[in-house]
Amino acid sequence: MNSVILRIAARHLTLMLLLASVILLLRGHNAPGGGFIGGLLAASAVALRAMACGVDDARRLLRFDPRTLINGGLLVALSSGLPALFSDQPFMTGMWIVPELPLIGALPLGTPLWFDLGVYFAVIGFTLTIFFTLAEAPGEKQT
Amino acid sequence: MILSGILTVFLLAALAPLLHRVLRNKTGIVLAILPAGFSVWIVWAMVGGASDALPLESWEWVPSLGFVLSFRPDGLSLLFALLISGIGAIVLVYGGGYLKGHRDLGRFYAFLFLFMGSMLGVVLSDNLLVLFVFWELTGVASYLLIGYYHEKEESRKSALQALLITGAGGLTLLGGIILLSIAGGGFSITDLVSKAGDIRSHALYLPALLLILIGAFTKSAQVPFHFWLPGAMAAPAPVSAYLHSATMVKAGVFLLARLTPVLGYTAEWHYLVTLAGAATMIVGAVIAYTQTDLKRLLAFSTVSALGTLVMLLGIGTELAAKAAMVFLVVHSLYKGALFMVAGSIDHEAGTRDVRSLRGLIHVMPMTGIAAGLAALSMTGFPPLLGFISKELMYEAKMQAPDASLLILTLGVAANALTIAVALMVGIRPFLGKADQVPAGTHEGYPSLWAGPLFMGFAGLLFGLFPDLIAGPVLSPAVAAIRAEHVALELHLWHGINPVLLLSIATVILGVALYALREKSRLLAGTWAPPQRLRPGAVYQRAVAHLPALAARLAGTLQSGYLRTYLVIVLSAFIVLMGTALLRLHAWPVMDGFDDVTPFEWGLVLLMLAAILVVLFSRTRLAALAGLGIVGYGIAVIFIFYGAADLAITQILIETLTVIIFVLVVYHLPQFTHRSPNATRVRDGVIAVFSGGIVTALALLAADVQLFPSIAESFAQKSLTEGFGRNVVNVILVDFRALDTLGEITVLAVAAVGVFALIRLRPLKKEEGK
Repeated sequence: MNSVILRIAARHLTLMLLLASVILLLRGHNAPGGGFIGGLLAASAVALRAMACGVDDARRLLRFDPRTLINGGLLVALSSGLPALFSDQPFMTGMWIVPELPLIGALPLGTPLWFDLGVYFAVIGFTLTIFFTLAEAPGEKQT
Repeated sequence: MILSGILTVFLLAALAPLLHRVLRNKTGIVLAILPAGFSVWIVWAMVGGASDALPLESWEWVPSLGFVLSFRPDGLSLLFALLISGIGAIVLVYGGGYLKGHRDLGRFYAFLFLFMGSMLGVVLSDNLLVLFVFWELTGVASYLLIGYYHEKEESRKSALQALLITGAGGLTLLGGIILLSIAGGGFSITDLVSKAGDIRSHALYLPALLLILIGAFTKSAQVPFHFWLPGAMAAPAPVSAYLHSATMVKAGVFLLARLTPVLGYTAEWHYLVTLAGAATMIVGAVIAYTQTDLKRLLAFSTVSALGTLVMLLGIGTELAAKAAMVFLVVHSLYKGALFMVAGSIDHEAGTRDVRSLRGLIHVMPMTGIAAGLAALSMTGFPPLLGFISKELMYEAKMQAPDASLLILTLGVAANALTIAVALMVGIRPFLGKADQVPAGTHEGYPSLWAGPLFMGFAGLLFGLFPDLIAGPVLSPAVAAIRAEHVALELHLWHGINPVLLLSIATVILGVALYALREKSRLLAGTWAPPQRLRPGAVYQRAVAHLPALAARLAGTLQSGYLRTYLVIVLSAFIVLMGTALLRLHAWPVMDGFDDVTPFEWGLVLLMLAAILVVLFSRTRLAALAGLGIVGYGIAVIFIFYGAADLAITQILIETLTVIIFVLVVYHLPQFTHRSPNATRVRDGVIAVFSGGIVTALALLAADVQLFPSIAESFAQKSLTEGFGRNVVNVILVDFRALDTLGEITVLAVAAVGVFALIRLRPLKKEEGK
């Protein structure tokens, strides 16, 4: 698609959308959002960039191959279950620490957040794997 | 004690090849110590009268499935265990001599122990599922044993044939066992025996009986499954001796005996089992009579003997049960001995053709004595145990409740043929002048004749002193079949009575048949059924056609077209769920329309309009846009009901789906031609029905609550235990995190699949160029 308006809009929108996706991810535990939704939004942002500026540009923005993101996301999600094992609990039992931080106050940090981060990356990874694969697929255009 | 004994046998199976490297020629004798010791322990237990008092041992294995490793050492189990371990010890010694210097001898010991352990498991199990597991293990072990000379194609074929036939029977047996456990409420044989009355009047009795009988008949080579047994003699002689005398083929007989108190004593059992047994008895005897190869003669006479045993169990009287148990011991002794003798002759003289074997007694005296004793026991000659057994059988057949005259006639015919076979196998090759002996024949190692001689003398000893085994060994076995106390007395001399006269007539007939054997062989050639109608040939044809059938079936069902799969899957869904719904007679109720706001009505109308667009659009892009509208409409409905998370997810997914679909459509051809009208109508009907059924199910399911809802509990615990106010997210990442992990793994696999499909396709095209 060769549209100047779309291209310029996409350049600015992508970063904002990615930021929004991170906010969605982090606030998900208490308000609508979470890793799955955040990941989908981030993937949409990259997809928008790819449609406006081409797949190569989007890949540069992403830095990682989407398949690496799938692997990384799955590993992160899986590893969030391990702390429970080390403290004699069933696999994937949620473990929490609530440190007192200056300015913010008590901040609950737990393995579910860690897990959500894994989901976030995995969702970005497999959505974009499918998207890039199809967008880059060689083949004659049928009319 | 019993479990550890069986485990020790399996352990030895694993260790045998290593032991063989150290012990070399002595391996057989050393390894035989364990089974010999086990059989001595059994005899000690039986003579001590302990067989009733031995404790039932049980260990939970998979209790939720009723899998309990329990062992019941009653009379029947112990009798079989005695034969298995005792003859097993002899076969180990014999095998060490027979296969001396063979490359794979260590493996032979391993297979034999595997087999022995499996058989012991079959006969000692009190749990039918455990019995089945061991039963299948015997099939695997026999496959390995029959295919021992694996370089030969014939060995491999025979092994596979035995495995296929008995394995198929094993599957029906499993079905029968499951039906039986439903009828009887469990897998424990002890419990089933106590519930026998309920089981026999249960609706599942007949199906269970039929399935179990097929399993037992295939294992014990009953007509028309008899053909695999002679094929199994492609195995080395020690294996044949073991298979035919004590083990695998008797497993079917054992199962029938074991289950007689549960399934027996009904008209169905009586007719089916008696008929199969009688047919097998006479068919086996007739075929055996026309053979000239030592091992084939013996193999078919085993078929006949197995038929006799099955028939006796079918007759079902107390006398028949006694006769069956006595004959079991007699047959094991003489058949084991004769197979080992046949192996020795083959080993030394290099031929198994009875027509060219003469005068062997001059060079193989010890083998000759063993063969003579065994053959005389086989003919039922006094004072051997075979004589007592034959008299008992005649008596049992005379007193059979139905068709006793027919059974008796068949029995006399089969016995006369057996006598002729016994003379051909065990007597004739040893008679004659010394100059008729095939060149180079001489007596084998002691390990080759010691075992058969021992078994031959055992037949003589028990014939002269039948009380040695009647009370301690045989009575408890008969009692287990009858499920009541039974006193068994055996006498060599019954006085002059009809049975004795019948015996004398049989001997005369048998000797006459022996004299006529050459002529009848010619006659049999003209009478035999055409080759292609024999069960063995039918099996070969079936196996040969199987791959083509499988290919056609798979080709039809797995066409590679998504549309075909959808048609099959959805049609199956419609038929299964549709019949279930029709049977329920619970029609979904549609009410509550008053609460629907005008706005919601508008949304629904919009979505319906979008669906019409999807159905009737001329381009794919328009259809996609229509689908997108339906998806966004659902998202709006989610928002109405306050499911913000779902709405956001739905909108994002819908957006991405449309984008991705557009990318796919880009590569697809336009709608250049539409499917024929008939296909469209068919697809339309399938779509309407599956959609209608799903709607009905959804409406019905809203009213059904099988378990108390956990929604409340999740909502309560979300903040306190998951530290989150968004219940949906807490469920996803905390309460059901493992599910989520599974889901993202599935999605990852799907993405890799898409990647592979798209990226690998061009490669193929280039190769094509």
